[in-house]
Amino acid sequence: MTIKEIIGKVDGTAICCEDKLSSTVEYAFASDLMSDVLTLEKENMLLITGLANLQVIRTAEMSDIFCIIFARNKKIGGEIISLARENNIILIESPHSVFHISGELYKAGIKSIY
Amino acid sequence: MQFRHKIAGGDFAKAGNVASSVKKVLQQLNIDHVISKRTVIALYEGEVNVVAHAYSGIIEIEIDEEKIKIIITDKGPGIADIDQAMVEGFSTATPQVREMGFGAGMGLSNMKKNSDFMKISSIVEEGTVVELINYLKPDARQESK
Repeated sequence: MTIKEIIGKVDGTAICCEDKLSSTVEYAFASDLMSDVLTLEKENMLLITGLANLQVIRTAEMSDIFCIIFARNKKIGGEIISLARENNIILIESPHSVFHISGELYKAGIKSIY
Repeated sequence: MQFRHKIAGGDFAKAGNVASSVKKVLQQLNIDHVISKRTVIALYEGEVNVVAHAYSGIIEIEIDEEKIKIIITDKGPGIADIDQAMVEGFSTATPQVREMGFGAGMGLSNMKKNSDFMKISSIVEEGTVVELINYLKPDARQESK
């Protein structure tokens, strides 16, 4: 599924790297615990999180996660956006909860890692 | 090839800068993707540990034809019981560390999982030294086990 289609499913807004919305993704993982994200070995996945700080971007960078959906309209600061841009990571804001976003994407065929 | 970076304890805004720069170097050297990813994840966890627990630290990285060797030396409270610290779920992290998405007691075990060799030595009230090695050739990795 393309990131553009995913944005539609979660009523999201892309706030960084909008030129990459035709990229496709197969897996998703939802967590606020970055240590847990760092244990994943899958490629081609996106992260759904309620946490909005620089370490989320750093974690995505190390784990080769190229798209992050921030739940519940978390305010994403300029420093976070510029670090994401530097690493070609797409950031999406969604008004929905982590549970709601996960449900929508699972229903649409995005695979769970565990 | 050798690199040396200083880290300040408590500086969460910069945690990950060393791992990020090493990732770029490994990409430039065309290091195998899986080896590179394991290395930067182990290094990033180590870097976060220094920021989260120590007063200051130094990370030394040495890359040669056989291996990537990382030595993380910190000045800090040290680890009283290393076996206990290795158990997933055991943590002495502060609420501030948890707010960053860490401090769940998974860092050291994830560093071990993502390295071919890991050695920790620590003196309470002085500091901790973590040595990590990832081999670039599969044969060397087997011999190290």
